[in-house]
Amino acid sequence: MAAVATCGTGAGSTGSVVAAGSKNHVTSFQRRGPRASGSDSSYSRLVSIAGTRPSVRNGQLLVSTGLPALDQLLGGGLAVGTVLLIEEDKYNIYSSLLFKYFLAEGIINGHTLLVASAKEDPADILQELPAPLLDDNFKKDFDEEACNHKTAESNIKMKIAWRYQLLPKMEAGPVSSSRFGHYYDASKKMPQELIEASKWHGFFFPEKSSSTLNIEPCSLTHGYIKLLQFIQNIIYEEGFDGSNPQKKQKNILRIGIQNLGSPLWGDDICCTENGNSHSLTKFLYVLRGLLRTSLSACMITMPTHLIQNKAIISRVTNLSDTVVGLESFIGSERETNPLYKDYHGLIHIRQIPRLNNLIYDVSDVKDLAFKLKRKLFTIEEEKEYTLNDLYKRLHLPPDLSDTVSRSSKQDLAEPSKLLGPGCGVMAGGKKHLDF
Amino acid sequence: VTKGKLTLLCDANTDGSFLVHHFLSFYLKANCKVCFVALIQSFSHYNIVGQKLGVSLTVARECGQLVFLEGLKSSVDVFFRAQAEPHPLQFLREANAENLQPLYEFVREALKPVDDGEAAWRCPVLLVDDLSVLLSLGMGAVAVLDFIHYCRATVCWERKGNIVALVHDSGDTEDEENNILLNGLSHQSHLILRAEGLATGFCRDVHGQLRILWRTPSQPTTQRDQSLTYQYKIQDKSVSFFAKGMSPAVL
Repeated sequence: MAAVATCGTGAGSTGSVVAAGSKNHVTSFQRRGPRASGSDSSYSRLVSIAGTRPSVRNGQLLVSTGLPALDQLLGGGLAVGTVLLIEEDKYNIYSSLLFKYFLAEGIINGHTLLVASAKEDPADILQELPAPLLDDNFKKDFDEEACNHKTAESNIKMKIAWRYQLLPKMEAGPVSSSRFGHYYDASKKMPQELIEASKWHGFFFPEKSSSTLNIEPCSLTHGYIKLLQFIQNIIYEEGFDGSNPQKKQKNILRIGIQNLGSPLWGDDICCTENGNSHSLTKFLYVLRGLLRTSLSACMITMPTHLIQNKAIISRVTNLSDTVVGLESFIGSERETNPLYKDYHGLIHIRQIPRLNNLIYDVSDVKDLAFKLKRKLFTIEEEKEYTLNDLYKRLHLPPDLSDTVSRSSKQDLAEPSKLLGPGCGVMAGGKKHLDF
Repeated sequence: VTKGKLTLLCDANTDGSFLVHHFLSFYLKANCKVCFVALIQSFSHYNIVGQKLGVSLTVARECGQLVFLEGLKSSVDVFFRAQAEPHPLQFLREANAENLQPLYEFVREALKPVDDGEAAWRCPVLLVDDLSVLLSLGMGAVAVLDFIHYCRATVCWERKGNIVALVHDSGDTEDEENNILLNGLSHQSHLILRAEGLATGFCRDVHGQLRILWRTPSQPTTQRDQSLTYQYKIQDKSVSFFAKGMSPAVL
């Protein structure tokens, strides 16, 4: 679907990235289907890029985020050519985990990685990637868990737990690396040989900051300019933009940028309200331009909770394609709230792009929570509680009469206050508290 | 097709891009010459949606009916290498770009009337998606307002054409520059189409609400501006509108 034109006209092109009006540009936004100029073989060559699949909705080429649960929420996966922005949770625990899943998925699929960080050396980040769950090990663990579960239905294999009747069940576990989307064991590390076999480029800002700039000073901070140049260089040198037509096998470039906007990148928007208000947004714009014209997909984690100027957050959202916010319960009052004890935090799907379409795939469920079990990161809809459930949880005696005594009403008022701030999440629970 | 009008598209808490797609296909089908400054999405995105709405942007571009400035692609060109001639997105390279003059020159050149008498199009149209991006790229609200002012003088007044531009309404996020831009444009517009998300949140059958406001900027406001409100649902190839509360899902 993408670059059909490129494959067709590849022989004659010069490989220049930026020839104006060139027919050589690669975008992943062309519809699949019969085209006059393209040939069937070029189409099949493109679809057969490892680790990608066309979207059911609009034929858009997708890659997995590394978390099949998240892929489903985003309408099948992350579209090639787009940016996934993760709004970091307060202590950057779960967002950095998602970052690692994204990179690990790239290694398993044989994608080229570009890892950019101002905090950690990319080589160290790669050493910390979670190990993929392989067929037999996974099945063994599942069987163990199956014995512990009392539920008759085999919904332990369900990773997404909403609308059981309406949605098809997800296949259980990883099968082989030709699958789309894999499961990872957060407690084990990625085998060394897989890391070494992978192709990756690292951008560690403290190392690069000393070299000279050959671009005129514009309002971008030094770090962002260098990063953009680095990314553009890789895209061009390795032909992700279609500029090396003689390359036989097309591949995806996975770009991961950590903690963008933090002071470690030289940006001051997290420190002061009147900081450089255009640097980050300009960066995101040029990055978007680079992505739209190449076979790449980007995940950025950003500490938005630190950004002082709220206007910047809304501009950043508008310049990103998919935006997911993570909110962990660590250190918050919810950690000890019995109603939340099943979960580690909430996931907010803030924005999903409408690409090549007037409409988009959006799930009906907006209230999602996640938990990190021993091996797996799962996302579920917040459970709705009946009144009796609530009583059980709060260890109150069940009250079967219509009139509620004053003291028990008092006890219920306390947790409902706790529910208050998160009432968008627990809407189901709250309504049952109305007497 | 009315002439000499500035239409403002605005979205608040929702995505108003369906309005842009609508106007693009509307004016192309009406045989107008269109200059589309597309800053936020790629050419093929608009093309694919356009095909669903019944126009081919590729054909329109080839025969000269459509002049398409693909902001994303051009920005990469401008940013990474110095250009010989002034580029409409020149301000990306500059630390303190004062105004959007190169962009205005581009528009003026694109909508220049053809003198050789062939293939006369109906009125010229400038379409911009979207103006709020210019603020994100470092231009001040005043610079953007000046740009629209110049374009209005040329396109609307001199050449009797139309301008349609999209601005995001940032709501309560205290984006002052954006509010200045939005208010300034609202006062100049003849027609304001405002897509709003529903106050009650996401709904599968009603995607939002569209407020239509007719204004007469040049006359004193002794007469009431007319306004209408519809709710809408976006579908694969069209958008269906219905009166408030009259969604087929409810009835």
